[in-house]
Parts: sequence; structure tokens; C-alpha cells
Amino acid sequence: MAASVLVEPRHTAIQKGPAIASLRGVTKKFGGHVALDRFSLHLHPGEVVALLGPNGAGKTTAVRLLLGLSQATSGEVEIFGGNPRDRASRMRVGAMLQVGRMPDTLRVREHLQLFSSYYPKPRPLDELLALAGLEGLAERRFGMLSGGQKQRMLFALALCGDPDLICLDEPTLGMDVEARRSMWDQVRKLAAMGKTILLTTHYLEEADALASRIVVIQKGKVIAEGTPEELKTADGSRSIRCITSLAPSFVSALPGVTSVEQDGDALLVRTRAPEAVLRTMLHEDTTLSGLEVRGAALEDAFVALTGL
Amino acid sequence: MVTTATVYFNEARFELLKLSRNRSYLFSMIGFPVVFYLLFGVTNKNEVFHGHTIARYLLAGYSCFGAMGSSLFGIGVGLAFERGHGWLEMKRASPMPAAAYLLAKLCVSITFAVGISILLMIVGTALAGVQITALEGLKLLAVIAVGVLPFASLGLVIGLLMPSNAATGGINLIYLPLSFCGGLWMPIETLPHWLQVVAHGLPSFWFSRLALRTLGYSNSSAVLAWGLLASYAVIFLLAAAFIFRRQEAQA
Repeated sequence: MAASVLVEPRHTAIQKGPAIASLRGVTKKFGGHVALDRFSLHLHPGEVVALLGPNGAGKTTAVRLLLGLSQATSGEVEIFGGNPRDRASRMRVGAMLQVGRMPDTLRVREHLQLFSSYYPKPRPLDELLALAGLEGLAERRFGMLSGGQKQRMLFALALCGDPDLICLDEPTLGMDVEARRSMWDQVRKLAAMGKTILLTTHYLEEADALASRIVVIQKGKVIAEGTPEELKTADGSRSIRCITSLAPSFVSALPGVTSVEQDGDALLVRTRAPEAVLRTMLHEDTTLSGLEVRGAALEDAFVALTGL
Repeated sequence: MVTTATVYFNEARFELLKLSRNRSYLFSMIGFPVVFYLLFGVTNKNEVFHGHTIARYLLAGYSCFGAMGSSLFGIGVGLAFERGHGWLEMKRASPMPAAAYLLAKLCVSITFAVGISILLMIVGTALAGVQITALEGLKLLAVIAVGVLPFASLGLVIGLLMPSNAATGGINLIYLPLSFCGGLWMPIETLPHWLQVVAHGLPSFWFSRLALRTLGYSNSSAVLAWGLLASYAVIFLLAAAFIFRRQEAQA
């Protein structure tokens, strides 16, 4: 049988509990530009939802509406059964936004102390530092932190109040690979605590690595939604890679083949009928070697969906 | 439960800490009035004006100058920076009451304004033989503390309108002419007549009249001066509220 890309097991079923935060049929216009177009999103307890889409798709707008930082042109926004602008709602939400700079002269500890003072039951400082990977940096001034450390500081601010819902707007933007991986670990820790997490990203890999549900958004509309596995297999296709003497024109004429590409020595075949195509190919070319069959990568699904 | 008072107190405490560690802010805010006072007041200490050294007279004006600087820079540049780089959004998404943010900035402006005035009193008495009674000193500080309000409100307007990288320059363009034309740098009587007419329309002029009164100089009406300063404060606050609403609707 085929070798296939295995994704770490995680709960794949979409939680059906009552939503704790909802955008219902929300349209947001900036002047004549429609940023969100009858957009709906429901967050259920314990979910990690990734809003995935290219730049300018409306991801940040959706987060800002959910946080009550901006008002919908039409439609409803509700969070914990109330208005997102209410102080009571804000007590239960933590947000990490895209911040270019923040006051440089305060120390990490001081920034966290101030934010913690807004909440009734703040997380203890040591716990916060550990959660965000800022151990040993408490006395460092914000201006002296590296780029990745600054991002983690913003992440820590989102966790100060031990919130039930955490919104992360492009949490790993501008991070190097190592910093990104460690941020992913931190998000997974939160998910393991049962927190509900909404993150926006334009990195497919990130959505795939973290989310229990991905909402693909383009031009302010939801164009696909499901678990990473569901999205990958949405069109049921597989890719076959092998070294063969068969002519690409012959292979592309086989029933169920959607595309054929030359990839170095090998031929890359995308098909909805992998078994039948393989049977024919193996029969026609007894020297066929280096065979690999893969499920579609999320990237393929994304490209297929957004046409990018 | 978080007591609201604690939030307000913390906000002000960290705002003070933040600014008192910011060298460029301290430099322009404290440096300007002290250096100008040394140049125009202390070096002319033998010049007699209204029966005393001119340094005594100028103590009032430079105290106002310092107070205006602390509120225009502290609030204007601070807000423009925090708004421009997205930091304000982080704060607004948190349960922090908006009033705590604004009051913290106001309290810190008042603290610096009073501090600068005290520093000028020390410089004046130590280096130029200025004589003021304790009561006069306290009255002057009280006028400084309350008179900061219209300038704090103006700082709010500027902070909302200016991009963060242009805020310091933009504020200097308002701060310096407003101070000079309001008669804060040299006695208003020494300015050209037309400028004295212009001065009567400026909040800085009325602020300095109130400060001069506490040292026994001006005999213009305190009620009129306070009324005009209050009107300026209201106009600037309304303008700030209007700009904020409009920006929020577009956000």
C-alpha cells in the first residue's frame, strides 16, 4: 500500500457544544471596500481554529470585530453571550495582536504586572513566564528583547488573565523556524489545558500543525471549512510519484488523472483514482520504480481552493 | 475582584515609570524650560522688573512653559506612538478602563509640570536670588497643576491626529510659537504690539496671567482667565472625542 503523509493524531471531530463566540452574517465595509462579506464563524469550547487565507483576506478584520475593536457594518457579534465591548467579556478573552512597537522602557515583569492587574484572577508571574518561554527575562527592558522574544512577550500579555478564549493574530509573523516551532509548542500547551484558541495565519504549515479546524477565507468569505484532514481529502485526490518509461501524454490520458508533471527523473501524477491508474501503469511499464503515493498536502488543497 | 482604584493607580504608576526612564522625553521636557530660564532669567538677574529681579517674574512664565511641554509631549507623543504602533489596540482589547489610560497620562503630566516648577524655583532662588514666600510658591504650583488641563486636552488631539514619527516635530511647531507668543519666554510688554493682541487669543497667555497673579504681577481677571482656559479644555476635549469616534467608525 501507499506511503502517506501522517499527521499527528488529535481530536478531529468538530466540537458541537454551544458556541462561546460567534460572528453571524457579518459584513464589514471600509469605505467602498468590503473586508468581510456575510461572514460567519462560531467558536466552540476547546477548539483550536485557524483562520487561513492570503494577506488582505479579512482575517485580522474578523479578529478585531470579535474583540470589539471595530464595529460590524451589519450582522451580529457575540462573545460569552454578550457584547465584545463589555468589560465582563473582555475579562475572559486574551488577545495577541500585531504590534509594531510597545513602550521600550518598561521591563518584562512590569508590563506583565500591569496587564495582570486588569483581571480578577491573573495567572502568577512565574507561570506566565514559563508558558510564554520568557524565563530569565523578567527584568529585561522590552526594548532590549529580540524580535522573537518581543512576540512571546505579546503572547504572554494575552495569557495574563488566564482567559478562556485566546485570539492570536499572526502569532509567528517574522519568526525564524526555531522560534516558530517553540511558539507552536506553547499554543499546543494551551490547547491541552482546554482553552479555546482562534489564530490567524497565512502559513499553511501552521494551520496544519495546530488547528483542530481550519476556516479558509478569501476576499472576506469562507470558502472552505473542516479539519486539516477533511480539507486535504476534500477533492479525494492522491499524488503518485515514480520513475517510469511511460510517456507523460499516455499517463495524462488515463481515466481519473487530473495532472501530470515531470519532477526531475520522476513523474508526478495527481489523480482521483489512484488504484486504477497504478494498475495500468504497473502493467504497461514493468520497470517502473521509486514508487510513492501520497495524500494531497494541505497546500494542494489550499491552492485548489483559493486559486493562488 | 479587582478594585477599580488599583487599576487606575497601577496605570498611573507604570506610566510615570515609563516616562521617567525615557531620556529623550526627559531631555526635551525638563531641559527646555530649565535651560531657557537659565539663559533669559538667571543671566539677567540684575535687571529689575516691576520692583524685583526679572528672574522672579520669569519664574511664572517658565513654569507654564514646563507644564505645557510635559503635557504636550507626554500625552501627544505618547499617544501618537502607542496608537501608531498598535500598542493602544492591545490595551483596548484588554479589560483596562479607557479612563484609566487617559487619567494616567494626565496625572503624570501634572506630576512632571509641578516637578519642573519646583526645579525652576530652586534654580531661581539659588542662582538668581529670587524671593518668594511659601504661600506664593504653593499657589503657583496649584495654578500649574490645574492649568495643565487645556494643554493635556490639546495633546490628546495632536496624539490622535499625528503619525507617530511626526509627532515630536509637529508638537514643537505648536509648543514653541504658543509659548513665545503667549509671553512665557519674556515679558509680554516687550513683544510687538500686534503680537500682544494675538496673545490674548492664546491659552498660553491666560495660563501665564494666572501664574503671574500668584506672584503678585498681573492684575487681569482670574475669573476671565480660568473661564477661557476651561473653554479651551472643553473645545479640545470635544474635538478629541469627535476625532476618536470618527477614527473608530473607520477602524
